[in-house]
Amino acid sequence: MLTNGIGRELPEYIEGIGQLKAYEEPFSIQPESRKFGPRLSRVTPQDKKLLASIEEAIVKCGLKDGMTISFHHHFREGDYIVNMVVDAIARLGIKAITLAPSSLNSIHAPIIEHIKNGTITKIETSGLRGPLADAISNGIMTYPVMIRSHGGRARAIEAGDLKIDVAFLGVPACDSYGNANGHSGKSFCGSLGYAKVDAQYADRVVLITDNIVPYPNVPASISQTDVDFIVKVEAIGDPRGIVSGATRYTKNPRELLIAKYASEVIKESGYLVDGFSMQCGTGGASLAVARSIKETMLEKGIKASFALGGITGQFVELLEEGLVDKLYDTQSFDLTAAKSIGSNPRHVEIDAGFYANPHNKGCAVNLLDIVILSALEIDTDFNVNVITGSDGVLRGASGGHCDTAAGSKLSIIVAPLIRGRIPTILDRVNAVITPGETIDVVVTDRGIAVNPRRKDLIERLSKTKLPIYTIEELKEKAEKITGKPQSVAYDDKIVAIVEYRDGTVIDVIRRVL
Amino acid sequence: MEIKGSAMAGTLESSDASIVVAPNADKGIVIDLISSVEKQFGEDIRRTVKQVLKELDVEDAIVKIQDRGALDCVIRARLQTAVLRAANGKSFDWEGQRHV
Repeated sequence: MLTNGIGRELPEYIEGIGQLKAYEEPFSIQPESRKFGPRLSRVTPQDKKLLASIEEAIVKCGLKDGMTISFHHHFREGDYIVNMVVDAIARLGIKAITLAPSSLNSIHAPIIEHIKNGTITKIETSGLRGPLADAISNGIMTYPVMIRSHGGRARAIEAGDLKIDVAFLGVPACDSYGNANGHSGKSFCGSLGYAKVDAQYADRVVLITDNIVPYPNVPASISQTDVDFIVKVEAIGDPRGIVSGATRYTKNPRELLIAKYASEVIKESGYLVDGFSMQCGTGGASLAVARSIKETMLEKGIKASFALGGITGQFVELLEEGLVDKLYDTQSFDLTAAKSIGSNPRHVEIDAGFYANPHNKGCAVNLLDIVILSALEIDTDFNVNVITGSDGVLRGASGGHCDTAAGSKLSIIVAPLIRGRIPTILDRVNAVITPGETIDVVVTDRGIAVNPRRKDLIERLSKTKLPIYTIEELKEKAEKITGKPQSVAYDDKIVAIVEYRDGTVIDVIRRVL
Repeated sequence: MEIKGSAMAGTLESSDASIVVAPNADKGIVIDLISSVEKQFGEDIRRTVKQVLKELDVEDAIVKIQDRGALDCVIRARLQTAVLRAANGKSFDWEGQRHV
């Protein structure tokens, strides 16, 4: 057994995975290798890239037993691509495939059948939800699932830790030579930030589209020089699942209270100055913080240099009003954001490596001043769980959580102190995605805790009227209401490995009893 | 209190519990619990149910609980109400409950 830098126990070796390298500190790994390069191709002037079917593309790419395929998750719960391609692979009788999409959602429940029939034997992803997540938590896979953050996945691909044999990338608009973007067509999704990495590093790249447009389709997110084949299908996704309508501001008084506290923390932190940068999640409290910050910006005449991340309509509004100078967008979360990226040159599409790969020459999260993040569980060392529920079952995503927490100057967790009867702050979280040493402040509806490492922030905030407590005091407040929860019981089987963004292992998730 | 019929209290809203109390012809207490927080609070809930029944001098009953993450005080209140209704009680001795 290894014990890593946050005291989590890991086996030294896992069958089918190999030796594990224990997490030490956020920036302790110095990479030594070179960037991975994809296989070269030869496309002659006579060659045509458009193929008749997904099966034909699979055969022409030479997909064989044991290979790795990848996808992006820009179509979210509306995605048809993963199921469509894996069905086709199963029909061709190809087995033991590693499924390595940027994330998986509830719509991917049919993958359970393909795990049972041996088509899929390994999975590497950022998130897992719904029936597939339940099945994996109950031990359906022989080998554990590898969970990576968005920055960590880009790192793994660029370093050659995750070698993609064939990338199958759904694109909302594409010409017949493979120039593609995400902001037009009936299945538009906005940014193709995750897909861009796969397109550049996979040995073979197949674009799947429902919208062939005249050549040349520029500006393009994915370039013809990276694309082997193109397949046109009836539909690549369900638009209702791909983009949600306008995100509404919360009316939930508890979320509004959390937002009020978090905004005060930001105002008093010293980071809200002209030219600042920020990232907000899509939760109700997080968006309400953005609204409150906007009021302060107007009051004080402050403007932001950029906003980062999953972009929502709220930030597009700030961009259009001139309060934010640029938007860096890896993933467009709603209709407004998905439309804006195609029309506003100051709304810039960035790939996942630019966003958060810790082993390139400087990713965007490094320049982030403030990030607002959510949490399912937080422990008294400030470690955060966003991957399992309080019952230990997988139902979330690593996303950019640990990347932005590590990069930003001020990382704030917003969460209710209790959810139903479940306390949010515990002695030990069920799984760690983000190490506590990268979390600065926890804001709940019943009080705020500042990481003792941030003596500067404690000093600043203790001069305010904000309800500041220690994290232990917040935990006790919660338990006084809910009672002390029993720990979830697990057996020995490891169902998932959580990799930190630098490629080390921060935690393992076991099967719930 | 003697359970004379079947009665219910509570709802299936989140953070509430729906509790049905019925007579047990076989004598004794039977607790049938379905809870969204079974793993974390299942034992706590069973302990509370037994305690409340004891406080109300209920010796024979079948208690069916569908819990949606209700706090301990909510489970107590819902169970007290269900027992009172099942025992055809007209008034409840709130003062007598101070010792909880």
